[in-house]
Amino acid sequence: MAVQFSEEKLNKVKEIIARYPEGKQKSALIPVLHLAQESFGGWLSAETMDYVAALLQITPIEVYEVATFYSMYNLKPVGKYLFEVCQTGPCMLNGSDNIIAYIKEKLGIEAGETTADGMFTLKTVECLGACGYAPMMQLGKFYKEHLTRERVDQIIAECRAQAGN
Amino acid sequence: MGRKLLLDKAHIEGIRYYDVYRKNGGYAAAEKVLKNMSPDQVTEEVKKSGLRGRGGAGFPTGLKWSFLAKPEGVPRYLVCNADESEPGTFKDRYLMEFLPHLLIEGLLISSFALGANRTYIYIRGEYAWIPDILEEAIKDAHKNGWLGKNIQGSGFDLDIYVQRGAGAYICGEETALIESLEGKRGNPRIKPPFPAVKGLWQCPTVVNNVETLAAVVPIINIGGDEYAKIGIGKSTGTKLISACGNLNKPGVYEIDMTISVEEFIYSEEYCGGIPDGKRLKACIPGGSSVPILPANLLLKTAKGEQRMMTYESLNDGGFPTGSMMGSGGFIVLDEDQCVVRHTLSLARFYHHESCGQCSPCREGTGWMKRVLQNIENGKGKMSDIDLLWDIQRKIEGNTICPLGDAAAWPVAAAIRHFRDEFEWHVNNPEEAQRHNFGLAHYADPLPVVAAAAAV
Repeated sequence: MAVQFSEEKLNKVKEIIARYPEGKQKSALIPVLHLAQESFGGWLSAETMDYVAALLQITPIEVYEVATFYSMYNLKPVGKYLFEVCQTGPCMLNGSDNIIAYIKEKLGIEAGETTADGMFTLKTVECLGACGYAPMMQLGKFYKEHLTRERVDQIIAECRAQAGN
Repeated sequence: MGRKLLLDKAHIEGIRYYDVYRKNGGYAAAEKVLKNMSPDQVTEEVKKSGLRGRGGAGFPTGLKWSFLAKPEGVPRYLVCNADESEPGTFKDRYLMEFLPHLLIEGLLISSFALGANRTYIYIRGEYAWIPDILEEAIKDAHKNGWLGKNIQGSGFDLDIYVQRGAGAYICGEETALIESLEGKRGNPRIKPPFPAVKGLWQCPTVVNNVETLAAVVPIINIGGDEYAKIGIGKSTGTKLISACGNLNKPGVYEIDMTISVEEFIYSEEYCGGIPDGKRLKACIPGGSSVPILPANLLLKTAKGEQRMMTYESLNDGGFPTGSMMGSGGFIVLDEDQCVVRHTLSLARFYHHESCGQCSPCREGTGWMKRVLQNIENGKGKMSDIDLLWDIQRKIEGNTICPLGDAAAWPVAAAIRHFRDEFEWHVNNPEEAQRHNFGLAHYADPLPVVAAAAAV
């Protein structure tokens, strides 16, 4: 599949570029990489990055530099559902270690791995700014907070049900 | 009840939306500014208010504004720092989610004062649903004539844009944030030149925290002098505290800076004490970077005075016996928590977040993490404690940006106040795997305070 934004996404790119003064379209790089990751399977391949570079009229290396710096860009394929579980201090004080261990056991994978069916990837991440509602994880666009074993079971079941539809 | 200036209307149903916000006194401050005030008068009010940067550094906001260079024909920018990433801090998220128009109004007034016609909100990438809320608020503000060209007939033009980051703590540092906004890696710049002279696209730029910019609204509404009357000394006005860790009622609280730390932790109006009747062991009062304090030094200063929730009181005693207000990320550890393990968690965080530009930080944070890992996992040597101390000293002050200091301070303070807990880990490697040190051999016990805490 050739990497190519839809007409709608291309308009979005134009709208993003218009936020900056003339000639400063490089500023659009981070938002456009988010858009690319969403559009092309949840990760950034070299082909995708080269496409973004051409789109913004910058060199590919400028894109690689940025894509490798920020933790939200996935540089290899991830599962359909990415569990990003916080493990930093305040979450740790509220039992994030146990939650991470439980998710590993439940999915049969280690942090950084994807289940064989390509459904789930587990990633441990650093503070997501939800410390008062710990333990927590990011799932797609939203946060899942006040995690317990039961809540984790429920989230996994919801994902499976959604994927089944 | 303490006075509330930011969250006083947070409970009103639908306050997130323009009509409700406007009906409840919203945009009155903007109206006042655009009709009756000059930019310099606005800056003057902010100066009089004594408002200090709410992101962590506590630098006087009015003074920061007055440094902005104003060369002819060069655009100036205001950038709102919404990259809230300091562990323990989640207050800006609350403001943006529930009171987006308060921030937009604050941005409008501040942009007017600074002469900025294009203003950016740089928000951390993980807060992925909040840009939608902000963009809707911006759209409604436009529709109602508070953004765009010739706002309310004042001749002032302003557009506000939201930019999402992509996961990097370092982008909370203002020059790293500017680099990121230019589409680059978040590597902090060497200062000078300061952003006030050469910032975004080499133009004069002010970067302020979300809470700081929101606070400009009540300052204009009640006047700088009135705002300055709230609080103690140079800690004027109200401050949002995000309380977390082992607390009965974690969450975001607005305090006027007149209450004690003890009242904040134990009173029902605020955090409601520690769950399961456990005792307080330690607290990091201002976000993960500031020094951890054992319970006795948290509740009372070394001089025996009650510790207050103010910039000065939290700092009383300097680093040997005090801490900092920082970002207001208030992290509480109960008696069963392990200081070594918690320090390791923070060391791992800073190692992960170091941008890699300066060797002391890039290498030192990794060393600290590995040495702490050894101690925590029962493989530590007594000399490791001194090694940790040595590493943190070599990081502090030797980096371009304050992330190095931020990584060094938690380790230094943990060793300073809880050295016996580190030694216990080294001497009892197997026991340390099974249970935590607790309060039994408490670093510096003051039973009087612990007894009061148990009530």
